[in-house]
Amino acid sequence: MKSNQSVISIRNLVKTFPMGNREFTALNGINLEFASGEFSGFVGPSGSGKTTLLNIIGTLDSPTEGEAMVLDHSVKLLTQKKAALLRSQKIGFIFQTFNLLPVYSAAENVEFPLLLQKMGGEARRKAVMEALEWVGLSDKAKSRPAQMSGGECQRVAIARAMVKKPEIVLADEPTANLDAENSHNILKTMVKLNQELGTTFLFATHDEKVIGYLRRIIRLYDGKVAFDELVTKI
Amino acid sequence: MLTLKLALRNLLGAGLRTWLNVFVLSLSYVVIIYIHGMLDGWDVQAKSDMMHWQTGQGQLWQKNYDPLDPFTLQESFATIPGELIPSVESGDLAPVLITMASFYPEGRIQSILLKGISENQQVVEIPTAAFSGGGADIPAVIGKRMAEANKITVGDLVTVRWRDANGTFDAADVRIAAIFNSNVPTIDAGQIWIPLRRLQTMLSAPGKATYFISKKSELLNYSGSDWVSKDLKSLTAEIDQIIKTKSFGSSIMYVVLLLLAMLAIFDTQVLTIFRRQREIGTQIALGMTRWQVVRLFTAEGAMNAVLAALLAAVYGIPFLASQAASGIAMPATTDTMGLAIADKIFPVYSLGLIGVTIVVVLVTSTIVSYIPSRRIAKMNPTEAIKGKIQ
Repeated sequence: MKSNQSVISIRNLVKTFPMGNREFTALNGINLEFASGEFSGFVGPSGSGKTTLLNIIGTLDSPTEGEAMVLDHSVKLLTQKKAALLRSQKIGFIFQTFNLLPVYSAAENVEFPLLLQKMGGEARRKAVMEALEWVGLSDKAKSRPAQMSGGECQRVAIARAMVKKPEIVLADEPTANLDAENSHNILKTMVKLNQELGTTFLFATHDEKVIGYLRRIIRLYDGKVAFDELVTKI
Repeated sequence: MLTLKLALRNLLGAGLRTWLNVFVLSLSYVVIIYIHGMLDGWDVQAKSDMMHWQTGQGQLWQKNYDPLDPFTLQESFATIPGELIPSVESGDLAPVLITMASFYPEGRIQSILLKGISENQQVVEIPTAAFSGGGADIPAVIGKRMAEANKITVGDLVTVRWRDANGTFDAADVRIAAIFNSNVPTIDAGQIWIPLRRLQTMLSAPGKATYFISKKSELLNYSGSDWVSKDLKSLTAEIDQIIKTKSFGSSIMYVVLLLLAMLAIFDTQVLTIFRRQREIGTQIALGMTRWQVVRLFTAEGAMNAVLAALLAAVYGIPFLASQAASGIAMPATTDTMGLAIADKIFPVYSLGLIGVTIVVVLVTSTIVSYIPSRRIAKMNPTEAIKGKIQ
């Protein structure tokens, strides 16, 4: 487990989007701090700003006002190239719809982030197989997404997010397209990786199954933090 | 390198969609090379035939001679210069004397050119050896076009009428001693070849000629005041011009073909970018910059051209090689076009032709792929991840 240093720091964050002639405020005055190794989640109804906040932390979007520091980088000041580099090296994404590259096999999907890092062939193959082992899909390495179940696809997506051993993994509704059994399997895998590798996991969810695994729950409502609580596990 | 690797992986992964594009594009390669090769082959063959049958290595023209104006023929012969006589006697220079004449096939009157050529010439393939023998008749050789058009066979007697140097009409029968088969219509249609000395006598123009056909280019250096040197290049310039015109005409066809292939790539790219928005968003989320994704999609389009070149090589090389070996049969009507066309044209494929074709298709494919890919740079990745059409 890594030390509890701050990896994400959000101060007075505001995010607005143009909507016709007026502006829609998706996030309004968010102040949050995340330490390394957290297993936390943004919880709230649709439109509460969970995904927007996750996108800003993931450097895919930038704040309209305020500051979002991610791994000591100000998201607002990052150039596209630097943001891409940060994502490529230190941030992993898991999406609701898996977002696997359809013409690639499971192994090729997992390999993709390592190719972007220009990792050597042998080390890359080893890392891919290791990541597939973490999620129990070594035997599906050559399968394409269309040949796998939803649960398997999401496990491949987890392996893809984890293969580069990122400092932060952002998971947006990772269980929304999965049945209960697969959801629990996926979540257990993520808990295991969080504990073994010390990776910070941040979720955006309104799925009770996911909420049950979180150690910190940040409830968002209308773009504001309604409450932020640490969960004591028995 | 990474972009190319990923592009190839994406293309091969797309399966049939890729191969359909690649096949259409490969057709462009093969057709462009085939048509150009045929025209180049025609050019080479036509020039070679003209050299062997008509121009030799060049000609010396009497200064008034204008092949496009038959009415000048009466004024366009001059005495064969003494310096050239040894070359004429050795057969290295073939003097030709021309006059307008008429003949009467099957009771009709037809204007012709009556041409006298030295019997011992070794410059062109007109069968002048057939002039020897035959007794008192004037021996003549004609081409197969002339023979077929007038239903003349070897041994036939035909009456020709001409004006002599004094402008007096005269007539005589000539006996067809041989019919030659040449691809060069300008020595065939409407022409009767007889021995030079006989024509000189008939025209009361002893020792005179209209032009010389030379076996050696150095003989063209003769600088007599009555004679103008015409090198091979100037004599075959007309062929170059015609081939150029033909090339332009056929270019339209392969530009259309290329446009169709490019349209297929363009459409595929546009469709691909719409269909693969989620993938584009994911690639950006995984650490690619927008411009890296633009490059990737452009490379995918360009790689269609590379795969097409490989596919074209697979079926195109055997096809083009077989055409080059067996030749392309030309329809009988094509030899009425006025320039040398053989019964079969053997295409010539130069490395330059192949190289330029590949570069043109590759560059065009790259540009056509890049244009729709630019919109990726303007995409919002957070929307793209969700697959929302932008």
